[in-house]
Amino acid sequence: MTTFVDIGALSDVPQQGARVVKTMQGCVAVFRTSDDRVFALEDRCPHKGGPLSEGIVHGDRVTCPLHNWVFDMNSGEAQGADEGMVRTYPIRVENGRILISAELMARKAA
Amino acid sequence: MKKKLVVIGAGMASGRMLEQLFDAAPDAYEVTLFNGEPRGNYNRLMLSPVLSGEKTYEDIVTHDDDWYAANGVDCRFGEPVVKIDRKNRIVYSNKGGAPYDALVIATGSAPFIIPVVGKELPGVVTYRDLEDTHAMIDAGVAGKDAVVIGGGLLGLEAAAGMAARGAKVTVIHLMGHLMERQLDPAAGYLLQKDLEKRGIKVHCKGATKAILGTDRAEAVLLEDGTVYPADLVCMAVGIRPETRLANDAHLEVERGIVVDDAMRTSDPHIFALGECVEHRKQLFGLVAPLYDQAKVLAKTLLDEAAEFVPVQTATKLKVTGCDLFSAGDFAEGEGREDIVFRDPGRGIYKRLVLQDDRIIGVVMYGETGDGNWFYGMMKEGTDISEMRETLIFGPAFQGGSKLDPMAAVAALPPEAEICGCNGVSKGTIMAAVAGGACTLDQMRACTKASASCGTCTGLVQQVMAFAMGGEVQEAPAGMCKCTDHTHEDVRRLIKTMALKSIPAVMQELGWKTVGGCHSCRPALNYYLLAEYPLEYKDDRQSRFVNERNHANIQKDGTYSVVPRMWGGVTTPDELRAIADAADKYNVPMVKVTGGQRIDLLGVKKEDLPHMWADLNAAGMVSGAAYSKGLRTVKTCVGKEFCRVGTQDSTGLGIKLEKLMWGSWTPHKLKLGVSGCPRNCAEATCKDIGVVCVDSGYNISIGGAAGMEVKETEHLASTPSEEETIQIILAVTQLYRENGKYLDRLWKWMSKVGLDWIKAQVVDDLENRMALVERFEISQSVYRTDPWAELSTPAETPKWGPLADLTLEAAE
Ligand SMILES: Cc1cc2nc3c(=O)[nH]c(=O)nc-3n(C[C@H](O)[C@H](O)[C@H](O)COP(=O)(O)OP(=O)(O)OC[C@H]3O[C@@H](n4cnc5c(N)ncnc54)[C@H](O)[C@@H]3O)c2cc1C
Ligand code: HEM
Ligand code: SF4
Ligand code: SF4
Ligand code: FES
Repeated sequence: MTTFVDIGALSDVPQQGARVVKTMQGCVAVFRTSDDRVFALEDRCPHKGGPLSEGIVHGDRVTCPLHNWVFDMNSGEAQGADEGMVRTYPIRVENGRILISAELMARKAA
Repeated sequence: MKKKLVVIGAGMASGRMLEQLFDAAPDAYEVTLFNGEPRGNYNRLMLSPVLSGEKTYEDIVTHDDDWYAANGVDCRFGEPVVKIDRKNRIVYSNKGGAPYDALVIATGSAPFIIPVVGKELPGVVTYRDLEDTHAMIDAGVAGKDAVVIGGGLLGLEAAAGMAARGAKVTVIHLMGHLMERQLDPAAGYLLQKDLEKRGIKVHCKGATKAILGTDRAEAVLLEDGTVYPADLVCMAVGIRPETRLANDAHLEVERGIVVDDAMRTSDPHIFALGECVEHRKQLFGLVAPLYDQAKVLAKTLLDEAAEFVPVQTATKLKVTGCDLFSAGDFAEGEGREDIVFRDPGRGIYKRLVLQDDRIIGVVMYGETGDGNWFYGMMKEGTDISEMRETLIFGPAFQGGSKLDPMAAVAALPPEAEICGCNGVSKGTIMAAVAGGACTLDQMRACTKASASCGTCTGLVQQVMAFAMGGEVQEAPAGMCKCTDHTHEDVRRLIKTMALKSIPAVMQELGWKTVGGCHSCRPALNYYLLAEYPLEYKDDRQSRFVNERNHANIQKDGTYSVVPRMWGGVTTPDELRAIADAADKYNVPMVKVTGGQRIDLLGVKKEDLPHMWADLNAAGMVSGAAYSKGLRTVKTCVGKEFCRVGTQDSTGLGIKLEKLMWGSWTPHKLKLGVSGCPRNCAEATCKDIGVVCVDSGYNISIGGAAGMEVKETEHLASTPSEEETIQIILAVTQLYRENGKYLDRLWKWMSKVGLDWIKAQVVDDLENRMALVERFEISQSVYRTDPWAELSTPAETPKWGPLADLTLEAAE
């Protein structure tokens, strides 16, 4: 079962925007959509490492700021002609607080 | 002997439960009914029609004295229960006790009060009961100023009711659009428009800071500094289950009183139902599931087996003239698809969310007649794959052969109106095609169809295609995959239809996606701020990273910082401050740019606001080296120093930069001013260049030195520096108002022609001054330093990480 840790208030992340969380497994981008859903994706584009947290959020997609690859934030999958996958992490909102999977507090398994 | 049943709360849920109980077994219990309100059960939902004057209190009473008497209920109204003694099974009000064999808690919920200064002033009400309703009726009748805090279901019914009574109402809503839990932004926009039509002012993204007033409420102050006068303030920001009694009695309480499937609490003699309960982690705020609970509890009390299973509920707003319908889950998600239908002319929006060929969400605005049909299929889990193509058109279109759009056009009678603005019918369009009009332009020229607002363009094309024998016409390329409208159309419609927000554009112009994409959102944001500089608020989230973060992102995710050096002129103090910043933040590279200023490369994101604050303190502002806007004005030293210089080119460059900094343009804009034709500032490969000569100033435009190299073309010559400045500001504004987003000036010029530009800004003096004035109006908003705004103590933390889990793990 996934356990969760509190990383901040929903209101700390702008709608259609993102904030970064530093974790033992690298930076994770926490996105908030215009209808207040949240997603957690590895903050590294599989193309050339662009910070997805700086991309434009539209619906449940995000566009990488460097070369416009588009990712479905549900699955982390690149859309359209581009092929690639970003890791996603369990995340949810409870009582206005954002909770993220506690696995991110642990070092990457060797 | 009859068993004793005590009920706390005479509300919607307990009322229905008692009906069921007496119907099934009139003699099973002797009932005592406590109620906090000094009256029995009435239909709480109908308070809104009472408020708006469409009904009276008498109309909405559900159980009168005769009914209670006939069923032998001991009514203890106006007597709130203050304590439950579980050990001896007695409940107490302040007037006395009542013993029970079975106890039902049905205390409903309490309005949430936001903890702001002034919340306890007289004149601040909530919206829950008849007393609140009367307070609001009084304010309305007296024509007073009212503010409703909260743009959800209750808040809007309160606002509409008071407005109907004559109050001047403002709704303040924290989120970006109204009723965000039930509606998506498009439907929220239509609702706001309808409310504004009835004189209600809506302020979204408004956070209440305080309620002002000495003896009673006088005004509401928002975080952004806005103040709205308010004789009456209605707080409708949400409810929380009324669980105080259950808490004190140490029943199991989470967010609500925890009940099992039979509506029993953690004490086997105590039951609960209504908004005060929590069932399988779920709370309830609408009556439909409460009625199901009432049925179940009546059976449980009669020792019959029954189980409460919550069903999804649909929401409607009871404001006459605002038809909306919302049910299920309408968030986007993987494997989910949307079917969107928009009829901008009639203000209609319908959206179905599908998953695995089943409807899982419905949002409708403007025309909700088919809502229950969709809702029914949603609850049943009906497979809709067979009727997918025509599903959104509702039950009337189902059955028979599948409709393709062409067949739908074929089925229209000749007199059917296609273009609403110009009253052009299908027959007229067919006749025009027969007469030889086979392109959209020709059609517009000869019938005016789709020549005004343009929202019917798609339909006109379909009719033309049908008339030409099904040959599908090539539509002009849309702005992006979200719309068939071209950039030019969108710009024109933003202006003619007075569209002032991104959701407004998307709704009125029939966007095919829900939230746009990375290609149209920045363009729309630019068009809106250029058209409505004073009203539109720049949407940072619709900007590309560099413009959102006011620095250029580098390939490794760090940023470059370029402070402005007016006309390329600097001072020893500025250079020292730049050097200090470079040291302090370990800048790996300091580089002189081609724009005559200094670039600090490799700055970490969280350091940006600190570095900006340091540079601000030394008097420097952002150089906007990242913007689709004014970048630099490159100058040469000119006649002040150069032995062949003819005019003060440096001085003119600085003047121009001071007037134009901060402005947004369709693409980046670079200027150059050279002091003589030797042209050391390379002015003739800039977007706008000035080359000084003995007799004055030669202005030329449309140069470039990128992948394309272009020499500027001569626009005007004048002996006057002042006129030079005016012409440059005017041509910039003309470009701002007409240029397609991401067209450099030369590209725009190649489309509209240099002659047209000359006619607008050189020959027509009046027009030139009007352009200058509009530029100045916009600059009154945008001639500000974003670095200063984004490095305040409140903003600075937002540049760092939200959380650092590496630290917590180490502890
Ligand atoms: C203006 C308005 C419009 C609404 N419109 C709709 C709608 O369109 N559709 C919809 O589905 N729902 C609507 N609702 C919500 C709906 O009214 C509630 O879901 C429903 O009334 C809840 O029923 P209940 O029995 O749990 O609580 P209530 O009906 O609130 O009854 C609780 C009663 O308990 C009493 N009480 C509380 N504490 C004590 C105590 N200690 N001792 C004695 N008595 C106590 C209270 O005085 C109150 O009379 C609306 C609500 C309001 C206020
Ligand atoms: C991804 C695309 C680009 C990036 C990241 C980029 C980056 C930069 C940066 C950081 C500067 C220095 C900042 C300043 O002085 O304002 C600069 C300057 C400059 N860039 Fe680019 N640039 C890009 C595209 C272009 C293109 C397409 C052109 C040509 C049309 C161009 C022409 C110039 C010129 C001429 C300068 C010198 C400034 C001046 O003389 O006005 N750049 N660029
Ligand atoms: S452009 Fe002319 S005035 Fe300016 S520095 Fe060069 S030679 Fe001197
Ligand atoms: S010329 Fe190319 S590599 Fe050099 S700064 Fe401009 S865009 Fe980057
Ligand atoms: S790094 Fe993301 S698209 Fe290139």
